[in-house]
Amino acid sequence: MSPQTLYPEPPTEDKRWKIVNTTMRRNGNDSHALIETLHSVQETFGYLDEDGLRYVAKSLRTPLSKVYGVATFYHFFTLKPQGEHSCVVCTGTACHIKGAETILKALKDKYGISPGETTEDNKLSVLSARCIGSCGLSPAVVLDGNVMGNLSVSTLLARMDKEIG
Amino acid sequence: MSTEELISLKNKADLRRRPSRVCICTAASCQSIGADRVHKAIEAEIAKTGREPQVEVRAVGCMGLCSAGPLVRVESESSSVLYRNVTVEDAETVAASVGKAKVERLVCRTDVPFFARQHKVVLANCGVVHPERIEDYVAVGGYSALYRAITEMSPSEVLAEVTASGLRGRGGAGYPTGLKWQTVAKSQDATKYVVCNADEGDPGAFMDRSVLESDPHRVLEGMALAAFAVGAKVGYVYVRAEYPLAISRLRTAIRQAKAANLLGQNVAGSRFEFTVDIRLGAGAFVCGEETALLASIEGLRGQPRPRPPYPAEKGLFGRATLINNVETFANIAPIIEKGGAAFAAIGTERSKGTKVFALAGQIKNTGLIEVPMGINLREVVDDMGGGTPTGGKVKAVQTGGPSGGCIPYEHLDMPVDYDSLQKVGSIMGSGGMIVMDESSNMVEVARYFMEFSMSESCGKCVPCRVGTYQMHEILRRILAGQAAPSDLALLEELTRTVGEASLCGLGQSAPNPIKSTLRYYRAEYEAVLRGSRPSMPMTEEGVG
Repeated sequence: MSPQTLYPEPPTEDKRWKIVNTTMRRNGNDSHALIETLHSVQETFGYLDEDGLRYVAKSLRTPLSKVYGVATFYHFFTLKPQGEHSCVVCTGTACHIKGAETILKALKDKYGISPGETTEDNKLSVLSARCIGSCGLSPAVVLDGNVMGNLSVSTLLARMDKEIG
Repeated sequence: MSTEELISLKNKADLRRRPSRVCICTAASCQSIGADRVHKAIEAEIAKTGREPQVEVRAVGCMGLCSAGPLVRVESESSSVLYRNVTVEDAETVAASVGKAKVERLVCRTDVPFFARQHKVVLANCGVVHPERIEDYVAVGGYSALYRAITEMSPSEVLAEVTASGLRGRGGAGYPTGLKWQTVAKSQDATKYVVCNADEGDPGAFMDRSVLESDPHRVLEGMALAAFAVGAKVGYVYVRAEYPLAISRLRTAIRQAKAANLLGQNVAGSRFEFTVDIRLGAGAFVCGEETALLASIEGLRGQPRPRPPYPAEKGLFGRATLINNVETFANIAPIIEKGGAAFAAIGTERSKGTKVFALAGQIKNTGLIEVPMGINLREVVDDMGGGTPTGGKVKAVQTGGPSGGCIPYEHLDMPVDYDSLQKVGSIMGSGGMIVMDESSNMVEVARYFMEFSMSESCGKCVPCRVGTYQMHEILRRILAGQAAPSDLALLEELTRTVGEASLCGLGQSAPNPIKSTLRYYRAEYEAVLRGSRPSMPMTEEGVG
């Protein structure tokens, strides 16, 4: 069997599936590579959709039930598309005692969404993290990949106004 | 790799050496408040004034005092001065001060207890070496322990040094490292693995992140020494996906070590071979438990299994596996270099060496410290930490995360070691230390941790899956004013059941936050039961 025929047909014509294939190949196309592969899919496409899960299951010759089981077991994986911007609120111990709840409440008040939800216009997703390890600068959030520490609600909202509108 | 090649790497570092240096902390914490911009600004200033031949601008790892970040250290041949809260606007002043009088208004004193009481072994290179340059690490003596072990020592001699050091696992449980290594070394298994647990899931802990971001080669050297001692050829670092900077620096380090033939086949021209690969976690706290972690590396749901058999006998892919935490591995190279006895001279009778702690919460000096075992806890909190930022009273210190407990201020006069912490109802844990002031209600704190354990329970065993849910429900009822006084007795009974009957460490230790708060703050539970409503923790405007 030639390497090309090893994989089933990707769900879409999208060239980016090649990135996922590379990850699987690097790990010997073994079912052990499942988590690495799911990371690769999420990093490439932003989330894991059903077609993607089916494709990974077939490619790694793993039951779809197992793939779905792993994808839903780990908090890092998301099965829903994310908004244009993301705001991850750290709810680790240090952030908690320094007011992460207040930040979440302010976001809920302003944008009407709780962790795990996305605004209707698809602009913003709010997420919560167990701990991002920036405890020295609590409370902290990660806005579009950038960690912001020593936050007050007003600083955060001002920054979000500027970047998200 | 030969001695010559090590020397040539060292020479490469020497070539870059300048009479003066500006070192900028670029670990995640300082980065989040603009260290990268400061770095670029200082670099531009030095270039603008044409002083590149005299001054090196170096990105380094964590210097410890996160609350004063971004931190910048200016070194010249005769002096070294640390600057705090450096901004882009300060870049010109700082760059101009190199080799001249220091900038008084920015000076961060290093003769204060926060720095003076530290004893650095694990963090010795953090904030000194460039984390993405192997030659920097070699220049401070890195990989010489591995080189010496491979060329001059036998695996059993390496093992003997680690055993003599008395090092105990730094992941939390404190199992003697030497003993663990011996079990794996004795195994007749043809394939063995070395696994580094970098799944720092404890909320409030960031020691492993800092070590990986600041000195990744130290961890790789420790793993390679372990592989040499136990006879493994393949290693994995299981690191949290939430630490992108640590992952990228570790990737760079692995690539460099391979290129320098310090990893791979025929290391240092010997028959020893060892390759390391990274496996990403995906946000499951339970994967800090060793059998769950191994399941996760195998691509499965991170669910633990009963022990025995221990991973040392039957671990990854059913093979003998040595699994240690990041900080444990970071201790190995100094032990081999200076000998187990030198290491054992630090610390107390039953807890040897140093421990890295992450100080955070309502405390003035937040950041990373490394102290000798046995140091007085009050000294850490009051002297090194500087008390609360508001000057108010410290109420409690939480160690060990969701598996640990709260130690009241009155009980702080105790040595920090595995056994003493256990005696007061907490645990050493991986090293998170969260200080709480009077604004924290202990019932709320217990609820917070129980919510954590409840949602992180993997669901495999009933006591943990159902028990954490029920304990959380009782705490929620108490806080909502819907509980009966008899609920407290029910809660206590549940803590015993869950603690004794759960399958793995997560469940067994999940009741600890309730147990310790009930032990020391029962009055607070009773007050809440009588109807007093604690307020939610609030962010203060203008903190920092």
